[in-house]
Amino acid sequence: MRIRALVIRIIRQFLRDKRTLALLIVAPLLVLSLMYLVFDGDDYVPKLGTVDLPDAVVQQLEKGSVDLHSYPNTAEADAALQAQDIDGYLSLDGTQPHLKLEGSEPSKNRAVQMLVARTFSDLTSDRAQAGTAGMPKIEPKVDYLHGGEDMTTFDSLGPIFIGVFAFFFVFLIAGVSFLKERTSGTLERLLATPIRRWEIVVGYMVGFGIFMGIQAVLIATYCIHVLGLMMDGSLGLVLLVTLLLAAAALSLGMLLSTLANTEFQMIQFIPIVIVPQIFFSGLFDLDTMSPWISWLSHIMPLTYGSEALKNIMLRGEGWSGIASDTYVLIGISAVFIAANVLALRKYRKI
Amino acid sequence: MATSDDICLRAAGISRSFGGRQVLQDIDLDIQKSEIFGLLGPSGAGKTTLVKLFAGIDEATTGSVDLLGTRLPKLSMLQRIGYMAQSDALYMELSARENLQFFGELMGLGGQALKRRMNHVVELVGLGEHLRKPVSSYSGGMKRRLSLAIALIHEPEVLILDEPTVGIDPVMRQSIWDELRQIRAAGATIIVTTHVMDEADKCDRLGMVRDGRLIAVGTPEGLKQDTGSHTIEEAFLYYGGVRP
Repeated sequence: MRIRALVIRIIRQFLRDKRTLALLIVAPLLVLSLMYLVFDGDDYVPKLGTVDLPDAVVQQLEKGSVDLHSYPNTAEADAALQAQDIDGYLSLDGTQPHLKLEGSEPSKNRAVQMLVARTFSDLTSDRAQAGTAGMPKIEPKVDYLHGGEDMTTFDSLGPIFIGVFAFFFVFLIAGVSFLKERTSGTLERLLATPIRRWEIVVGYMVGFGIFMGIQAVLIATYCIHVLGLMMDGSLGLVLLVTLLLAAAALSLGMLLSTLANTEFQMIQFIPIVIVPQIFFSGLFDLDTMSPWISWLSHIMPLTYGSEALKNIMLRGEGWSGIASDTYVLIGISAVFIAANVLALRKYRKI
Repeated sequence: MATSDDICLRAAGISRSFGGRQVLQDIDLDIQKSEIFGLLGPSGAGKTTLVKLFAGIDEATTGSVDLLGTRLPKLSMLQRIGYMAQSDALYMELSARENLQFFGELMGLGGQALKRRMNHVVELVGLGEHLRKPVSSYSGGMKRRLSLAIALIHEPEVLILDEPTVGIDPVMRQSIWDELRQIRAAGATIIVTTHVMDEADKCDRLGMVRDGRLIAVGTPEGLKQDTGSHTIEEAFLYYGGVRP
């Protein structure tokens, strides 16, 4: 009954606090929409300079989507490159094609390199078909196990972002709410009633859980149906993982709030607790990092959450594909919850 | 001499230190049932620490506190204590009614019993017409009265009030003291801290606290007589060793 009283109180406070409600529900949708706009934009059209190229090559280049600029010599092309009018230029070094890139923007480099590579491979295959020169070149046919040619960056990062935002906003709001409970003296008042320490923690988990559930449903359905995020698996599993991730964030936020004395000190945990987790959650390829760094990812809840979300949404896996990640998330939350019950001992021994 | 049946609270040799800093030292005190016992002392003397031990929220480093024959701290005893902290620990977003309901339910009240108690305490502190307003719109005095109502919601046998009249105007203060006497008449024991000397006169018995020690215990009249003082303030100075 005491837990019920606590849950009702938390719900009432939430409904009165419109800003916090907006932070929990509207902010993730807004940020995800922006992400969608950033990552799902049109393909970049590379700006390529040409210096004294054979007509056949230029014609072939023009077949692709490219913004071509022609220069009489390499000196002028270099100047244009310097002024960033072009991303790179193609010239002939005798018979050897030479590509010089501006080089400061990896995505543009890639776009230019792909264009040039495709042009030359098309050229050679055209000649092979015409029977004019050299070896016939075999164009590889590309097949995809997951995703496909139309899979955008947003599709591949989407599951991670769903996890990141569920985690981040719940962590912040739970931490600050529990901090307020402590600094306003209501925690002491609460502990002057016969409520048990674990009842406080469970009451918080359930009360916040209701809003976390609403948030999870909104984020997931918005991303999938409005933003058109790739989704091969079951929505129920996505919600389960999002909720578990939020539970870990809630218990961790509560726990860390006991180490903070002001809201600002709570904000200071973001670069320590949230930002590293975002880096290690799969945005970057961990296989190429040194082993001790990738080991760090094993202690971070977001690693498991985003791995499970990717398995469901991109690889279409069912329960068996996410079971181990789910168990780890439950374990992490259980440890944090127990730690919270212990941490409350600081305020009341019994 | 009071028998053990008449004793509400017995503190024996209690000391409390926080990380090497000694806040309370060797306090022995008996508080009888159905009396208003005042703890008088300047801020920083250790009054709040002491009443937290009495309320069973905190535990003494050494020594023991027995309340109504039970060794503290004990969770079930919190049911029999009404505690009002120095700061108004209220949920600002909620209405007075919702605050009362929340703490009432934590105390195990529900249904009709809770409704009846809520109406009773609200009337007692005179907040009836403001019940549905959010607490954030309350004045300091109204918050203090709501805190008192919350401490009373479960009909506690022992009422522990930390500075209940701070920031309250004289008229309201008078009415709060009238309420305390009514509650005492109903059989409850009241322990109240104050740093206002003239307020101490209203208590049945007084304990003077200074630098973490209990320097004197007695009725206000007795303390004045024993020291040949006209006011409690003079008596306090005497026991504090400032006045001969």
